[in-house]
Amino acid sequence: MESSKGTIRINHLRELEAEAIYVIREVAAQFERPVLLFSGGKDSIVLVHLSLKAFWPAPLPFPLLHIDTGHNFPETIEYRDRLVERIGARLIVGSVQESIDKGRVKEETGYNASRNVLQTTTLLDTIEQYKFDAAMGGARRDEEKARAKERFFSHRDEFGQWDPKNQRPELWNIFNGKKHLGEHFRVFPISNWTEMDVWQYIYLEKIEMPSIYFTHRRKVFCRDGVWLAYAPFMKLKPEEKIEEKEVRCRTIGDITCTGLTLSQADDLEDIIEEIAASRVTERGSRWDDKRSDAAMEDRKKEGYF
Amino acid sequence: MELLRFTTAGSVDDGKSTLIGRLLYDSKSIFEDQLEAVKKASLQKGDEHINLALFTDGLRSERQQGITIDVAYRYFHTPKRKFIIADTPGHIQYTRNMVTGASTAHAAVILVDARNGVTEQTRRHYYIAWLLGIKHIIVCINKMDLVHYSEEVFLHILNDVNLIGDKLPGVDLHFIPISALLGDNVVEASANMPWYQGPTLLQKLESIDVRNHLHEKPLRMPVQYVIRPISDKYHDYRGYAGRIESGTLRVGDEVIILPSGMSSRITSMHVGDTFIEEAIPPMSVAITLADDIDVERGNIIVHPGSQPLISNAFEATICWMNPVPMHINQLYTIRQTTSEAKCKILNQHCRIDINSLEQKPGENELKMNEIGVFSLKASRPMVFDSYRQNRATGSFILIDEATNETVGVGMIQ
Repeated sequence: MESSKGTIRINHLRELEAEAIYVIREVAAQFERPVLLFSGGKDSIVLVHLSLKAFWPAPLPFPLLHIDTGHNFPETIEYRDRLVERIGARLIVGSVQESIDKGRVKEETGYNASRNVLQTTTLLDTIEQYKFDAAMGGARRDEEKARAKERFFSHRDEFGQWDPKNQRPELWNIFNGKKHLGEHFRVFPISNWTEMDVWQYIYLEKIEMPSIYFTHRRKVFCRDGVWLAYAPFMKLKPEEKIEEKEVRCRTIGDITCTGLTLSQADDLEDIIEEIAASRVTERGSRWDDKRSDAAMEDRKKEGYF
Repeated sequence: MELLRFTTAGSVDDGKSTLIGRLLYDSKSIFEDQLEAVKKASLQKGDEHINLALFTDGLRSERQQGITIDVAYRYFHTPKRKFIIADTPGHIQYTRNMVTGASTAHAAVILVDARNGVTEQTRRHYYIAWLLGIKHIIVCINKMDLVHYSEEVFLHILNDVNLIGDKLPGVDLHFIPISALLGDNVVEASANMPWYQGPTLLQKLESIDVRNHLHEKPLRMPVQYVIRPISDKYHDYRGYAGRIESGTLRVGDEVIILPSGMSSRITSMHVGDTFIEEAIPPMSVAITLADDIDVERGNIIVHPGSQPLISNAFEATICWMNPVPMHINQLYTIRQTTSEAKCKILNQHCRIDINSLEQKPGENELKMNEIGVFSLKASRPMVFDSYRQNRATGSFILIDEATNETVGVGMIQ
């Protein structure tokens, strides 16, 4: 908040913060069993931070849910466990490995095998198991063109599916979370934030971030122009060589589909500068989006994050 | 940085998606991977130019049909401002999306095809922007390249739009001649229209006054949620969480809780664990009160002396959003601020023909995309202002009790 010439103004970060807190409180007020989808990435970390603000001095009135592909960056899991302990939240883990073991999904094979798509089944199974009626996520409309069409309160039918052509009108600040038994909502409190807003807010609020967002030496290999982190379960093509590079993550997903940025950025100021100068979007290096022009729309319809 | 939210409206083929694509492209808000994807898609479709509309049409069926089906939100910034665009479809069957996009906007950009001039759709777009209380309307007269950049055509359309403005007053109206396809007067000033000395669209968007003076209006803070920690440390803490929709709230202020009418005093205010002395819109805060009184979600906290209306009967302009028409005497759930009640539609005073802007006699039903003025009765007293005075406390949605869908939206008169 700043005063200038007698007029009070609120800058855009505080306006976005106020909007997100409003939406998070609506979730707690309108639903019986909400949950916060926590991936360990910057957007869900900001979502946790905003949720703590929304209910202080009370603890979070909902648990965190992590859909664990088993193919995480180890740093993500360390960060997750430390965070959960610090804030005293309840953590539920939905395991993709378990879904595979139970025969609910079939592991992909080949060089570009990823558990990204498999997560949807694990997510929907976990939502059903715990009877969650609202799952909050850190998705943003600026990330991807199908997400640009998403409501704050996004209805899912009893099969967990999204019907983008038949969404409920959403006006002013009035959110309608009414539903039938077995249906649920996905809620996106930071819908209106851009990647830059997220980093500037992290900087403003001095939020601790996982170490992989900052530059570090890592074993990597290059596939079709994208640097990927090497992990023992990843299958390399004959021409692909493991090298050590100074890299950082711009976005964090499953290790198999997260492209790394060659970067020297070792603090938040560096990251903000790097993003300001960047000429590609953060999802430009995500393998999961490159499968087709409508990859995200198709996955979202099925119930993806 | 300040935030400007604006909405765009235009008919099919007015070039609205192209205009937004142009704004993003020329303000360097398009990234290389997005550009590559669009180039590839344009080539595949056999387009002559890069099809700028492809930046905004997000759904597969939109790209296939070349039309915009649903509201899409776009983000860009310049060194001066940050912008959120609600890009809304202009077809007649999608009026509901335009109403949606307009509900949170400070400004509306309405496109008029220079070859066609003012159409029924222009009137409709103008009316909806006006109805939803938008203060700034920018009329972009597009495709000037196809009318030889003629000033005469521009002035003719300007004159016709002003005739609409006479009927729907209170709007700050601007006109800009553009070619979205070629970029004239969108971001860069046009060399083809030396007769136009005004700002480009981007310059206009950067300079519109976004101050809404909400903090000078009477205080309205709807209670969203009651914070009650179950812990020894905060045993007696009881916080009321909500958003300051208008007015300025300070620690020590005497306040009244509506509809109960009980009064108390603000003892503390905080955002997260940061305590503050003063709160203004649109801050989401939590407050504590001096007295242990009954306050719950749906109550509104106000200052003594500038109170809203409290009644279970009121009149409102309603826009219908659902394929199943509204019927007189039907029961709906009404949600206004954070409160909810049952509500009955009593009678229709008139229906607005949004193409001619004429009032037609009311009937027993209201179909999708129609707008009418109604008397309503709620199952319990509602705390409200007229929409013209306060967007937040004067707006509501109607929910169908069987389907749970949002079927109608209303503005209290």
